[in-house]
Amino acid sequence: MADLTPEQTGARASLAEARWAEFKSFAKRFGRNRLGMIGFSITVLLVVAAALAPWLATHDPYLPSLTARLTPPGAEYWLGSDELGRDIYSRILHGARLTLFIVLLVIVTSAPIGLLVGITAGYFGGWTDRIFMRITDVFLAIPKLLLALAFVAVLGPGIVNAALAITLTAWPPYARLARAETLMIRNSDYVAAIRLAGASPLRIMVRHVAPLCLSSVIVRMTFDMAGIILIAAGLGFIGLGAQPPLPEWGAMIATGRKFIFDQWWVAAMPGLAIFIVCLGFNLLGDALRDLLDPHLRQRP
Amino acid sequence: MIEIENLNVWFGEGPDRVDAVKNVSISVGEGESFGLVGESGSGKSTILRAAMGLAPTWSGRISIGGIDARSGDRRQFLKTVQMVFQDPYASLHPRYVIGEAIAEPMRINKIPDSEARTDRLLEAIGLTPAHRFRYPHELSGGQRQRVAVARALSLDPKVLLLDEPTSALDVSIQAEILNLLNRLKKELGLTFMIVSHDLAVVSYMCERLAVMAHGEIVEVMDRETLRSGEAKEQYTRDLIAASV
Amino acid sequence: MTGKLVEIDDLRVAFRQEDGSYAEAVRGVGFTLGREKLGIVGESGSGKSLTGRSLMGILPKTARVSARTLRFDGNDVLSAPAETMRKLRGSRIGMILQDPKYSLNPVMRVGRQIVESIRAGDPKIGKTDAEKIAIDMLEAVQIRDPERVFRAYPHEVSGGMGQRVMIAMMLVREPDLLIADEPTSALDVTVQARVLDILDELVTRRNMGLIFISHDLGLVSRFCDRVIVMYAGQVVEEIAAKDLENATHPYTQGLLNCMPRINGSLEPLPVLDRDPAWLAETGGAK
Repeated sequence: MADLTPEQTGARASLAEARWAEFKSFAKRFGRNRLGMIGFSITVLLVVAAALAPWLATHDPYLPSLTARLTPPGAEYWLGSDELGRDIYSRILHGARLTLFIVLLVIVTSAPIGLLVGITAGYFGGWTDRIFMRITDVFLAIPKLLLALAFVAVLGPGIVNAALAITLTAWPPYARLARAETLMIRNSDYVAAIRLAGASPLRIMVRHVAPLCLSSVIVRMTFDMAGIILIAAGLGFIGLGAQPPLPEWGAMIATGRKFIFDQWWVAAMPGLAIFIVCLGFNLLGDALRDLLDPHLRQRP
Repeated sequence: MIEIENLNVWFGEGPDRVDAVKNVSISVGEGESFGLVGESGSGKSTILRAAMGLAPTWSGRISIGGIDARSGDRRQFLKTVQMVFQDPYASLHPRYVIGEAIAEPMRINKIPDSEARTDRLLEAIGLTPAHRFRYPHELSGGQRQRVAVARALSLDPKVLLLDEPTSALDVSIQAEILNLLNRLKKELGLTFMIVSHDLAVVSYMCERLAVMAHGEIVEVMDRETLRSGEAKEQYTRDLIAASV
Repeated sequence: MTGKLVEIDDLRVAFRQEDGSYAEAVRGVGFTLGREKLGIVGESGSGKSLTGRSLMGILPKTARVSARTLRFDGNDVLSAPAETMRKLRGSRIGMILQDPKYSLNPVMRVGRQIVESIRAGDPKIGKTDAEKIAIDMLEAVQIRDPERVFRAYPHEVSGGMGQRVMIAMMLVREPDLLIADEPTSALDVTVQARVLDILDELVTRRNMGLIFISHDLGLVSRFCDRVIVMYAGQVVEEIAAKDLENATHPYTQGLLNCMPRINGSLEPLPVLDRDPAWLAETGGAK
């Protein structure tokens, strides 16, 4: 109803300004979602913790202190110490770096692969679609952890290999998502219009279809981050992810397992860290979905 | 300017085949406005989509501005004829500011001075260069349809195919868009083919029209015949009676 | 009791804006309705649909509604308990929306939806009786093959047919008031004429009240008894339908003039000049 003319809102002189205005309006709407803000704060906290780990940590995360083995949480060791007397708080902080590294590595590899496969399949349809989607199905058919396990078993344990293994299992859902979106977008009038301008399929896919798939992919990505952390922790837990003495959260829980009844904090503290970060990503994802999901969003 | 001969358009194959347009021939002269009228499912929009290469399967011959739609040079064809879609809410890319939407066809076809031309086009359709950095959702329906017209004109075509250009708009906005189209037609020497379900709009805009039903042309007549109520076919007369 | 079916006075509907303030989309609308056909016309965003929805009590939760009077047959819609409103909606007020596709349950056969609607209104009616009533009603809205439509799914019937099914579904409850929001806008003109005939016949015969919301002035003036013209959330003019051509408000005149006509002039169409003074609150023009 309200018809915004530039006279009312001030003329814009550049594309950057237009984008900034869009972003501000988005941020304002996001700010009104309280749970989303909590999720966002947790995510920011994780990033800050990872970035400033050396300065925030109270101890060296790798230095054993045999006199302080398995100290309960207190003034010296805020979250207690582990079986080698290392400060759990400092280890969790440094572990945040590993967690973030794995998550980012998986995201930057799996989302583009998924987008590429999904958009290509969806846009061209026919045989391209059938072949691409059957390959995707094959990957989807194997249980995630099992596939990751097999891959790590071949490549050898380690953080990068764990991340690659997770990537292998993480891209197919993006491909499905991008394909579904593309199928809708490719039949829209604005894609028809740009085809009538003589645009090549590549240009249409990259410049016109991909930006619209991106919002659902970002939403999916945020939800996936929690899952990635869990799989990474799972691999760490069974000894195929990060190797000792790296303070990876899953591996920390694994060592704490031995003391779970008497020195509960050794396993519980990294467990709590995983829980909070996953919760944060999920809350963030929920809020983003409410704002970005084209199926929930109404016409302005 | 527009030659359509024995056009058949169908969807699906074998037993699922649906014939949307059956054996339609239309000839439109330069500078003329030709209307296609009919109820939903009569195949009137499908003719436009087939002409633009947006319908999958068709047979017959379509030639616009002397360029064959099938065998002619695609680039030249698209520089000769462009299309305006029905729903201005669906025909503009939501993530592109309108200046980009209008300039994109010029960039693709390497037309120089796309920025200056965009400003001129915005002025021609009654917006200002200040609208260049607006997103579609910041504009009203009428403003969006103006942008869609500007985009269609960006390649400087000789022919515009208009698919229900005002049916999604309020009547007061419709009047503005129809006036704009007539003015542009005169200034740029355009040829129009207008699809509409609204006989009043076609009677106002078009010198000649074809009434369609079930994929076939029922009757071709000129505006005077429509206005004097001398339509030959009963179907046309029913349609006129229901529209008054 | 004044015997009026609907009494509305100073109805206001507001929505929360980005910055937290409220913007009024309906600003002090007032009218009464007896057993007659009342048209509400206006452009998109004029608040005509919101007015109809307020009466049904089905506005989105984000809307803020207030009114000095908002009564249906003596029941205060704003203060009525949810249960009472549900009963009213179920049996005494019916609503037909523009697109039947969104109003019918896509995975339930048409017949079953009508039967459920009958039995929701009166649980004492047996299943076979309800089925008979449903088929009779489908026949009453001139569906040629009611038995087939009864067994069909909503996607298997055409737009005009679907709209007739919706009308049938509303009418089996024999409501006192029918609110039709652009009931024929998605239909072809010939189908539109048929649907309107059916509506007219049923409304007259059953002595119902009808609120007919539409953007189409010509249609409303032909079909209704009385017309309310809305602009920017206010009633700018209320006039007998047959006098619409002689409307006095410049907005109504402007709307009438800017429509092309089959036999109209070929000069540029007069464009509606929106006078900012129309926006000023008048407190309900008569």
